[in-house]
Amino acid sequence: MKRLLVGMGTCGLSAGARGVHDRLGELLAGHPDRGELAITGCIGMCYCEPLVEVRENGRRVVYGEVTPARAEEIVSRHVVGGEILDDYVVYRLEEGRPASGREADFMAPQERIVLRNCGVIDPESIAEYEAAGGYEALRKALFEMTPAAIIEEMKASLLRGRGGAGFPTGLKWSFAAGQASDTKYVVCNADEGDPGAFMDRSVLEGDPHAVLEGMIVCARAIGGTHGYVYCRAEYPLALKRLEIALAAARERGYLGKNILGSDFSFDVKIKQGAGAFVCGEETALFASIEGERGMPRIRPPFPAEKGLWRKPTNNNNVETYANVPWILTRGAAAYRRFGTEKSPGTKVFALAGKVRRGGLAEVPMGMTIHDLVHLIGGGIKEGRAFKAVQMGGPSGGCIPSGISDTPVDFEHIPPTGAIMGSGGMVVLDDTSCMVEIARFFLEFTQNESCGKCTFCRIGTLRMLEALERITRGEGAPADIVKLEKLAVQIKEASLCGLGQTAPNPVQTTLRYYRQEYEAHIARRECPARYCEALVDFFIDAEKCTGCTLCAKNCPVQAITGEPKKLHVIDQSICVKCSRCIASCSFGAVYKN
Amino acid sequence: MAHETDSFVYRLWRYDGAPGELIPLLQSAQEHFGYIPRRAIRYISEATHIPESAIYGVITFYSQFRLQPMGKHVVRICAGTACHVSGSKLLIESVQDELGIEVGETTADGLFTLFTVACLGCCSLAPVMMVGEETHGRLTPASVRRILRGYRRKSEAAGARPAAEATTGADR
Repeated sequence: MKRLLVGMGTCGLSAGARGVHDRLGELLAGHPDRGELAITGCIGMCYCEPLVEVRENGRRVVYGEVTPARAEEIVSRHVVGGEILDDYVVYRLEEGRPASGREADFMAPQERIVLRNCGVIDPESIAEYEAAGGYEALRKALFEMTPAAIIEEMKASLLRGRGGAGFPTGLKWSFAAGQASDTKYVVCNADEGDPGAFMDRSVLEGDPHAVLEGMIVCARAIGGTHGYVYCRAEYPLALKRLEIALAAARERGYLGKNILGSDFSFDVKIKQGAGAFVCGEETALFASIEGERGMPRIRPPFPAEKGLWRKPTNNNNVETYANVPWILTRGAAAYRRFGTEKSPGTKVFALAGKVRRGGLAEVPMGMTIHDLVHLIGGGIKEGRAFKAVQMGGPSGGCIPSGISDTPVDFEHIPPTGAIMGSGGMVVLDDTSCMVEIARFFLEFTQNESCGKCTFCRIGTLRMLEALERITRGEGAPADIVKLEKLAVQIKEASLCGLGQTAPNPVQTTLRYYRQEYEAHIARRECPARYCEALVDFFIDAEKCTGCTLCAKNCPVQAITGEPKKLHVIDQSICVKCSRCIASCSFGAVYKN
Repeated sequence: MAHETDSFVYRLWRYDGAPGELIPLLQSAQEHFGYIPRRAIRYISEATHIPESAIYGVITFYSQFRLQPMGKHVVRICAGTACHVSGSKLLIESVQDELGIEVGETTADGLFTLFTVACLGCCSLAPVMMVGEETHGRLTPASVRRILRGYRRKSEAAGARPAAEATTGADR
């Protein structure tokens, strides 16, 4: 019996998976012999969505860039005819044969623990999760292990929090477990706010039960009574699949009173975030669940002692919880076989930006940045030069290609000035201006600062103003001095992680790309030819078709030319608004 | 469509003083009215005994809440890192030109409201935007214009009738 699986994560859907799914449904309707249609989450190859997998007797054939028309071909030739359409195969896996397909290199270096079920099972079916070994960890935690033994196992695994700070998970659990209280909370931080990160979204969309199971096991270990998943409202599909998973888990007795007949009771609620980056900080997140402005609180007392509603609370992120069931069923020793000695296990990275294969990859800790970008990512788009990776979002930093042999783990990333972060990895090429990247992040943190601490509220604004001056070509050498001074002051005088890390993008770009700052200031020049105020706009004679659109869209009539003939920009009139670039369908307008 | 038990009136009526209900109440008010009108703040204040000023403080803290009515289609252009380096700035300008409004404004015909958003989490399809609940990826200034005109045509075809939206995501 064949099974056809359509990747229906947000990335698949936005690439057109719905149309493919519906077409396949029509083609299979009335032909039960042809196979059954199912949905699945993100397999990680977001760059060749929509994906359709044909699965039969353990053989998995994944087709990429499937259109409704190509879906018809897959049904008529593969499903009915039994012929594999090699030209469209991106990944093929069967027993006794090495993995093959056009994109097999993307999967080869990966180790899938967190993403074990993503793209494999139907995330809306609890039966499929169970068939894949789901909720076995919970049974073990309830009937074979004491809470103390669970915590010991987590400590032995050396799992560190995957949300960014990397605090040892077992140790964190032991703090909350050590508190005497009749009410304890287990919170899952799914407020994935880092621009450039989508690991948690994909896990929640692709395998929501793994996260829930991790939370229930944690509750068992620390004596948790109530759970919350705090998820962004911007992730409607993740929220929907979580709701489905919660209802199914309750029905099967994995949640609620006397779980699986034991004396242990626990239930989970979903809280929708209302859009505030600072709520990724745990004390701000608690304030938000409590219905207040999401502003951080002073620690200590730490959440393990007084967290949500002043009760002992354990807070981990999505990826951390998704690791838990795997560790508990296979043991800490098995987990430590992956990754490095001090940073065992795997990490999920969201590869995006100027990389050829953008998507979700789970790799053993300690893989180098170079391998992530080139082996998995397939190098840089359009054959351009690899310049840097931005890791850790607005709290992170830029690591230049020159030190891309740095292993990605908790030991080697912090000395570069960046942070491990939650796993966002945005690849930059030689068209990216590093001053502009720093400005972009400062604009973000400045906007998202909750305003509680003066240095974060006003200091980031002063830094942003300096960066804006520099990108406009109005900077002075004193601006660099000011940036360096403010960076230190903001870090020292801010209460929470947002302020303490906000200057990182500026500090790392100043450390590795000081000459770019200096070129903007001293020579009024943007080396990457990005900053509009410092470049001129031109029309490429080879590409211009004379369609007149740019001239029509130019607000100052700086563009002249006859229809169907080359157009020219008058530099003395041009105000560098970029509207000509936006209007050109042929990519003929460029900056230099 | 929102489930019946999620409706604003029902939630307000059912409110039993449980802590932490303010944000869900505001979310359901916004879903019900399309924004948070003054009277919704008053209703919530009466039910929860939270001062109107404190409710206002919570509303203005979170980017999700709106104090002004929104257009039929809320256009959210992603300005996250991956989209930024893939040219989202040009997209924002194209949409502003196409709709004749600035970010945060609504078109005169009430059809579109334009926002930017920090990250939609579809970074490998950058640049992306959401129109209502639909995500569109791998955009260019030309395809953005095409998509928005498509929504406009659909609305015009539906006439004054507030028809349920047909949804497709295929616009590569």
